[in-house]
Amino acid sequence: MSEENKTFTISVYTENMVGLLNRVSGIFLKRHINIESLTTSQSEIEGVNRFVIVVNTTEQWVKRIVGQLEKQIDVIRAYYHTDEETIYQESALYKVKSDSLFEQRQVQNIIKDSHAKIVTVSKEFFVIEKTGFRHETEQLYNDLIPYGLMQFVRSGRISVTKEAMQVSSLINGFQPV
Amino acid sequence: MATQARAIEKQLTDKPMRVSGAEAVIRSLLAEDVDILYGYPGGAIMPIYDELYKFQDKLQHILTRHEQGATHSAQGFARVSGRVGVAMATSGPGATNLVTGIADAQIDSTPMVCITGQVPRHLLGSDAFQETDIVGICTPVTKWSYQITEASEIPEIIAKAFYIAKSGRPGPVLIDITKNAQIEEFDFSYKKCTGIRSYKPVPKVDTSALESAAELINAAKKPMIVWGQGVILGRAEEEFKAFVEKTGIPAAWTIMGVSAIPSDHPLNVGMVGMHGNYGPNVLTNECDLLLAIGMRFDDRVTGSLNTYAKQAKIVHFEIDPAEINKNVPVDVGVLGDVKETLAKVLPMVQANSHTSWLEEFHKRDKIEFEQVIKNDLHPTKEGLTMGEVLKLINQETKQEAVIVSDVGQHQMIACRYAKFNQSKSNITSGGLGTMGFALPAAIGAKMGAPEREVVAIIGDGGYQMTIQELGTIFQTKVPVKIVVLNNDFLGMVRQWQQLFFDKRYASTEMVNPDFVKIAEGYHIQAKRVEKREDLESAVKEMIQSKEAYFLEVCVEKEDNVFPMIPSGASVSDVRLS
Repeated sequence: MSEENKTFTISVYTENMVGLLNRVSGIFLKRHINIESLTTSQSEIEGVNRFVIVVNTTEQWVKRIVGQLEKQIDVIRAYYHTDEETIYQESALYKVKSDSLFEQRQVQNIIKDSHAKIVTVSKEFFVIEKTGFRHETEQLYNDLIPYGLMQFVRSGRISVTKEAMQVSSLINGFQPV
Repeated sequence: MATQARAIEKQLTDKPMRVSGAEAVIRSLLAEDVDILYGYPGGAIMPIYDELYKFQDKLQHILTRHEQGATHSAQGFARVSGRVGVAMATSGPGATNLVTGIADAQIDSTPMVCITGQVPRHLLGSDAFQETDIVGICTPVTKWSYQITEASEIPEIIAKAFYIAKSGRPGPVLIDITKNAQIEEFDFSYKKCTGIRSYKPVPKVDTSALESAAELINAAKKPMIVWGQGVILGRAEEEFKAFVEKTGIPAAWTIMGVSAIPSDHPLNVGMVGMHGNYGPNVLTNECDLLLAIGMRFDDRVTGSLNTYAKQAKIVHFEIDPAEINKNVPVDVGVLGDVKETLAKVLPMVQANSHTSWLEEFHKRDKIEFEQVIKNDLHPTKEGLTMGEVLKLINQETKQEAVIVSDVGQHQMIACRYAKFNQSKSNITSGGLGTMGFALPAAIGAKMGAPEREVVAIIGDGGYQMTIQELGTIFQTKVPVKIVVLNNDFLGMVRQWQQLFFDKRYASTEMVNPDFVKIAEGYHIQAKRVEKREDLESAVKEMIQSKEAYFLEVCVEKEDNVFPMIPSGASVSDVRLS
């Protein structure tokens, strides 16, 4: 098994419960593994949540973590994938002074070239949204910094896999014994 | 009578009835066949205690002297009976005092349900008196935990708690109940939990894994079994014995697994691990097939993983998928309940005997006997040894007793030398190594198996961590036998200091009180033995006593436990001196 550190995306399908985030994150804490990013939302299945967690570790450790995640009572299924096996994106919001949009022609070009979207414009500020790979949102960040970035925020990774994950059939096949 | 009462109770629980949350808790426990629980009252759980008062003819509450004692008693009860142990405490410090026992139950897979009171829902997060986030604190050490804030949740959640605690790989569950939920009334009815969609307690058995395992077993020339508590938890003792006897494979045990087959069974080759027997430790690194059955390759069992059984094929029979390849990479993982997998693999394996291979174990037994066991069990020096005490207990109990040990040198001696004829007989804190475990665990063990003799073997250090439970013994009159092997040291730490820290005995020497007087203060019969000639009669008197009995044996102060695999060394580097 490969012992080098790699980026892995862990997908965890769970019941929607108070305190489950604590249980999930505790598994990483116990093993002293840092979470690079974490997003949780409703999944494609009604009533089922999905965590998308990015970690940088070895395959051996990610396998153990997935084993421990699946062991949790309220976890329906957990998977891990490499970057090559997933389609993934991050979303970022940039709040910029309105003056710069109207006075600096450059800013308009930056927005156009980066395929970013203007979400809102007001007298004082405007908000740009960019979804893409990390290097793309970072590029836009670097481009906008000279023009006065009032606020910046980036989401955790969201990801879907190229291969199917058979969670629905697991749930549909459930019969109380 | 009990069945009749239960039938009436069932009728009562089937029909919805208006009750308080507190009464619902009691009725739910009764519906789960709980007839005894351990605990300590306090503000946030008083409504439930008020109901316990009303139901005391059906549900016995044992007042321990500390909440930690309640958890260990519940563990002792669960481990001897195979039933779920129940412990109860109030919020805040009552709840945090449960944590050690919960962590112990988690790592040793003991089925336990803990119920804690909590401040009323409207005060949650206000830093109210005795408020603590016990669900948050216990999340990493519980199989499942849940906070109930409405009475109507009680029956379903308690049903889930019991189902989760005892199914699959067992473990502790914590249910925290806010005070308002204990007081509110609702229409109660009870339905046992039979499944949870996100939880598969027992994995499906894969026939191809069984076939691969059987192939390796049939081809092996020098196979060896290491079994653990999974055999006992899976109630698979018969299937395991049949498998061992048919295949003729020498079988060694972890301290959690001992007693699954009798100590005197001809294929029982002893204990593996840090203070295990010489033969099975050394031969772990010489066998050609290692069959791990219901065990989890704890570091105290494997020593250095880099040199652990590298020459062998490894087959792991295990119920918990997360254990396969966790510490030791295996060639075949046989997932499933061992009761089922062993029964299924039995017709696939050939009857065999491994006489000359078994002889390798016996050869090393002789070496260990000459260099270690002889001196432990038949000492010629003046000072008493822990081993000779165990030998006499075996003799006087005819190997039928439940032995409850604490943590340290005496524990290793107890596990090495106690002999068992029946399963569920060795109760000890294996994974967590909790000093103070034995005295309260013995109370629970005796209540879980009242017909059996229960002997607690405790060191002078661990004894003083939960010594207040003598009060519980006095009050309940539970006839446990307590043996303190007193060397006036924290012996195991002292042993390490001697061997690895140039005898710098930092904070390991103990100035001890008069233990006999303390026991007598609780009106428990007590005796101290300092000379060999008094030992046998004292052990006899203790075992014959119908009541609780305390025996202090003053043993040699600086004896060491051998064999020993130094921390981080290989199993084959086991030291005999």
